[in-house]
Amino acid sequence: MGLQSFLFYYFAIVIIATAALTVSRRNPIHSVMFLVPCFIHTAGLFLLLGAEFLAAIQVLVYTGAIMVLYLFVVFLLDLPSFRIKKITHQQTPLAVLAGLVLVVQIIVLTVVAVFPRPAAEVKAPYFLGNTEAVGASLYTTFLFPFELASLVLLVAIFGAVVLARRERGEELP
Amino acid sequence: MITLTHYLVLGAIVFLIGIMGVLLRRNVIIILLSIELMLNAVNINMVAFSDYLQNMSGQVFVFFIMTVAAAEAAIGLAIVVVLFRNRETIDVDRINVMRW
Repeated sequence: MGLQSFLFYYFAIVIIATAALTVSRRNPIHSVMFLVPCFIHTAGLFLLLGAEFLAAIQVLVYTGAIMVLYLFVVFLLDLPSFRIKKITHQQTPLAVLAGLVLVVQIIVLTVVAVFPRPAAEVKAPYFLGNTEAVGASLYTTFLFPFELASLVLLVAIFGAVVLARRERGEELP
Repeated sequence: MITLTHYLVLGAIVFLIGIMGVLLRRNVIIILLSIELMLNAVNINMVAFSDYLQNMSGQVFVFFIMTVAAAEAAIGLAIVVVLFRNRETIDVDRINVMRW
């Protein structure tokens, strides 16, 4: 088994295991902490696929920023004070059955499907480094969506501040 | 030899785990984490196709998905904080004021 196969299976197994642990832990802090190695190993998978820029962004933004935000909120909410006894809904068996049917369908269709290769083997931007290629694509073809993304982030900042702000004189609970 | 199919199957399994989290769990924070998990599964698929087709568009899409995920996390967590402040709970079974 080559190095690439070994790395893929290592990353895949760790991703699936930590993802399963994330959704199954009772304590939300454990869930957040298990999601961190999941995202870091996804970054490793991106490296394996030659997407160095996205691997760096994955570590910086996902594990560095978003997970810390989740941790802050979990700490802020004082969750153990109302520990939920039963962590799942009543529709659990039905939902598990539907989910298994769905994933079996997706996997069968994926394995059966034939994905056509592009006619031209390698396009011009691919001769550049990965970061340059992403930048070249981002600032030419996808310039308008890029500007829209900045607007989305701006609205998110305003929304979060407006939602979480207290009115003047409102007391702490 | 690792092919495109390996990555797609991995993405499908991670996506299923995310769906299970959303459908089964009652804690709002875990539900938000499961949504991140599903977005991550989609990102794996996007990058795998980008590598397979030798086309940068997939990686640019992942960049945009990450932007939206960050915005969604900020807004979602702000809503959770407000919810906890007003209702003293983040159990979705007890958030049923607007249920018909």
